[in-house]
Amino acid sequence: MDWHYFKRRLMNQVGQALALMATLFTLFWLVWLLTTLISQGWQALDLSMFVKDTPAPGAEGGMRNAIVGSLMMCLAGVAIGAPVGVLAATWLAEYGRGTWLASAIRFVNDILLSTPSIIIGIFIYGLVVVNTGGFSGWAGALALAMIILPVVVRTSEDMMLLVPDQMREAAAALGAQRWRLIIDVVYRAARRGMVTGILLGFARISGETAPLLFTALNNQFLSTDMGNVMANLPMMIFQYAMSPYSNWQELAWAGALLITLTILAINLVLRLFWREPKKGH
Amino acid sequence: MSKVLISSIKEAVGVPRRFGDIVFKQLTMVCAVFVLLLIVAMGWQLTQSAMPAVKLFGFDFLSAKSWDPVMGEFGAAPSLWGTLISSFLALLIAVPVSLGVAIFLTQIAPSFLRRPISLAVELLAAIPSIIYGFWGLFILSPWLSNNVQPWLTDNLGDWPIIGILFQGPPMGIGLFSAGLVLSIMVIPFMASILTDLFETVPTQLKEASYGLGSTRWEMITQVVLPFAKVGIVGSFMLGLGRALGETMAVTFVIGNAHRISPSLFEPSTTIASTLANEFAEASGELYISSLLYLGMVLFLLTFVVLILARLLLWRITYQAKGRTK
Repeated sequence: MDWHYFKRRLMNQVGQALALMATLFTLFWLVWLLTTLISQGWQALDLSMFVKDTPAPGAEGGMRNAIVGSLMMCLAGVAIGAPVGVLAATWLAEYGRGTWLASAIRFVNDILLSTPSIIIGIFIYGLVVVNTGGFSGWAGALALAMIILPVVVRTSEDMMLLVPDQMREAAAALGAQRWRLIIDVVYRAARRGMVTGILLGFARISGETAPLLFTALNNQFLSTDMGNVMANLPMMIFQYAMSPYSNWQELAWAGALLITLTILAINLVLRLFWREPKKGH
Repeated sequence: MSKVLISSIKEAVGVPRRFGDIVFKQLTMVCAVFVLLLIVAMGWQLTQSAMPAVKLFGFDFLSAKSWDPVMGEFGAAPSLWGTLISSFLALLIAVPVSLGVAIFLTQIAPSFLRRPISLAVELLAAIPSIIYGFWGLFILSPWLSNNVQPWLTDNLGDWPIIGILFQGPPMGIGLFSAGLVLSIMVIPFMASILTDLFETVPTQLKEASYGLGSTRWEMITQVVLPFAKVGIVGSFMLGLGRALGETMAVTFVIGNAHRISPSLFEPSTTIASTLANEFAEASGELYISSLLYLGMVLFLLTFVVLILARLLLWRITYQAKGRTK
């Protein structure tokens, strides 16, 4: 009898201790990763990073071209992907609610959400790069747009569904047409969550590397021409990290720190201070 | 949507439907259907680009072991092997750990710890894969090759059957490192889904279990886990889908060698890392279309896994929505 209770109590302790250990194991990697990034990237990260372009081996330089290229492609990606995503979500949450087509689209959107980004890269390669005759910033932006699209669809729909139907009914009772109702009432009520979803999507695509390998490639020089190959931070990190030159590797660490800090900052601010939409997995 | 709303809208809009409403509705519908078409277009496009290689090699491509672009020999077996083994390794570590994290977060941790820890898990999930790869190559691999791998070889290398897994040069680069880095990436991803899942377990059930005299661990294993079991499997499948297609993190640490070796310490390659490494240098239609054939295989593989995952998670994701909100 005593043995039985002892066993149960022991099992209880052991089980909980294991769960705690699993949590510590996970946090351990986060701490290790961040301390490495900071210790390796910090001294290389200074103001000249933002005014000089990527250097030749052994020379001084920065990553202005990569920052500019990344920003341009990510913003273009958001500008293309977010409106389409919001509109698609609008149909799912408003007009198509409860129909089989909406369920099918939702299902496909969830698949798209988890499709490996490298697959999206080779899809855009076949669709855009091959047909337009070369790698370009636009192809990169399209690939990124395709990655952010399902994120926006998912978060926007969730946020619109949170808006109580009574508000829609009130607006309709006042004589609002349905599309005015959606824009003036539903969008306004769900605005904050939708913007959060888009910003989280932006954070996600800003670190995407694999799709850019097949679309934007890289550029040693500063360029704002999106019709041509374009420098970007993830590709710079990839190339420079794999290089044998120590000044290139240092630059890669600085770039890695910069990109990680940006992404973590966006995530932290949004999750701490803004209303959190249901995250899209 | 309630019936009142529908009838009131019909009344408000009146018989001649206004122009703006029609345009807006059509516009949103086009965008929604676009999402559907996108996946069809992806499947079609990938098949088209892979066609030359598909025609030449057929299904033998999947079992052919040789990958020699110079000789024009292309076989997917080494990449497939590496993809499956590294993902399997990743899940082997990530499944128990992510379950532990989710259990700790939802059932055990005091409430003041829940938010900071779940925030940390979310942050870990937000870090881009290239950062994991970079760190894996320069920091984790040397550490593994100096500390972990020699120890494994010494202690497990002589064991029957599994010993061969841990023999080989402790270079720090190969399937073992790739699996570990992948698991570090997949853990927060799965833990966060599992946490959401466990939060849907009704409090009454848990209280009933306590009321019958369960310890906390018994409540977890006998109530929470069985309640969520379908979703748990779905989360693992979603994690598997992620691991199969993960590119940059693996590309850095796997060593990119097209060979099949029983040792986990030997360099290998995955479909995604082969694509990432060789695409830029690939010349000739056959080489490129063979790479795209690999891409198509990966697409189909993840597609099947993701469909299963979403079907398993479907009930939880969409039926729970009405209940919890």
